[in-house]
Amino acid sequence: MKKNRLIPVLLLKNGWLVQSKGFKRHQNLGNPVTAVKRLSEWAADEIIYLDISKEETYDIRREDQGYPNRSSFVEIIEDVAKVTFMPMTVGGKIQNLSDIEKRLSLGADKISINTQALDDRKFIAHAAREFGSQCVVVSIDAKRINDKYLVMSRGGQEKTSYDPVKWAKIVEAEGAGEILLNSIDRDGAKTGYDIELLSAVSESVKIPVIALGGVGEWGHFAEAFDKTKVDAVAAANIFNYTDQSVYRAKTYLYENGYNVRSPDLLIIK
Amino acid sequence: MNSKKICILDYGSGNVRSVFNILFALGKDVIVSNRPEDILAGSHIILPGVGAFGTSMEKIKKTIHLDILENEIIRNKKPFLGICVGMQVLADRGFEFGEHVGLGWIHGEVKKMSTGGLPLPHIGWNNVSIAKQTPLLNGLSVDQDFYFVHSYVFKEENNENVIAKTEYGEQFNSIISKDNIFGVQFHPEKSQKAGKLLLENFLSLR
Repeated sequence: MKKNRLIPVLLLKNGWLVQSKGFKRHQNLGNPVTAVKRLSEWAADEIIYLDISKEETYDIRREDQGYPNRSSFVEIIEDVAKVTFMPMTVGGKIQNLSDIEKRLSLGADKISINTQALDDRKFIAHAAREFGSQCVVVSIDAKRINDKYLVMSRGGQEKTSYDPVKWAKIVEAEGAGEILLNSIDRDGAKTGYDIELLSAVSESVKIPVIALGGVGEWGHFAEAFDKTKVDAVAAANIFNYTDQSVYRAKTYLYENGYNVRSPDLLIIK
Repeated sequence: MNSKKICILDYGSGNVRSVFNILFALGKDVIVSNRPEDILAGSHIILPGVGAFGTSMEKIKKTIHLDILENEIIRNKKPFLGICVGMQVLADRGFEFGEHVGLGWIHGEVKKMSTGGLPLPHIGWNNVSIAKQTPLLNGLSVDQDFYFVHSYVFKEENNENVIAKTEYGEQFNSIISKDNIFGVQFHPEKSQKAGKLLLENFLSLR
């Protein structure tokens, strides 16, 4: 039986791994390549890298850790692909098919698009036709405004006219393989997923929905599986702040009877 | 040190880099190539694959000397591993975007999965139930999870060649094998510990 997935999300800003709150405050957590090694050892099911930099400056000055300075997000992805042997999704700043091709050729398995899809929905169809639906993830950032959900673009900064359910149906029809659904209100809040948002979207499409935004304890993962039809649960901050986080989260779900891969700790040289 | 040399066949498929990365990390002597001398020098040959059956076969025929490859695999019995579409093209025919002729090394046809309403492609971790033991699966549990991404499956002609099955709406063949030729529908290069073990087992054949 196909398993539900547990997915750490790594947010990268100017080449550094960061913690995010409300899409606004970002705190530096360190080197993204060493972080992914840890997550591999804890047997995460997949990994999602999102580049949230506003400007094109990348700088990891940590030669002591054995990784050279990197001048672009794409080079960081290349480093990461050498140390992780699980499916990797890469998102942020993707504007055309050659951006996608570049990321896939460096070892990404899927790409995640957001603003570009909102600007030109046919981009989803073009990407799916060129590379296959299985590698096209559309990321949706939703925000509650005056009691209604709205899809936001440009890293949460601009309103669109779409409500998340309507937009999710459109991206599915255009050929997206998966939806990464993030709640801006819950980002960094640790109060749990926005269950109402997740269930509305996951019940309106057939493609897998990945939940993101708000996890503060392992039970929040379980709540998403209990109350919504999401196929996967993702989180950023909690996975980076807790030792053996993925392993412990998976153990919690596994021991409580959820349909996840059995927890494992891998020794990686 | 051993004299094992792995040749990953390069025909322009997307995931070559991932297969190279994992074998390199395991400390193997590995090369990505389509040159005849590398195919001849390789002790183990891997055919990775992402994409459609027809396009892949076309690229394989265009970039790889099939007569040399077939001589090494069929005649000289070098261990061969086809991954995903690299497994599917082992069949006689494939029916993705029209009918296409495959390598025909293991008899069967490649057809779209009938999932009874479950979404395609079949993406994610799913368990591989071993039907028949082979050295390829040494040390793996009988119900190990591997990572899958595909919409088409290998329908074999001969049940003897089925090593493992997986369920997604229907039961399909997730590992097939005939003599020195192995095919896996999942991606061992993305399957962490289980994938590494399977690849190590493959390399210890012969």
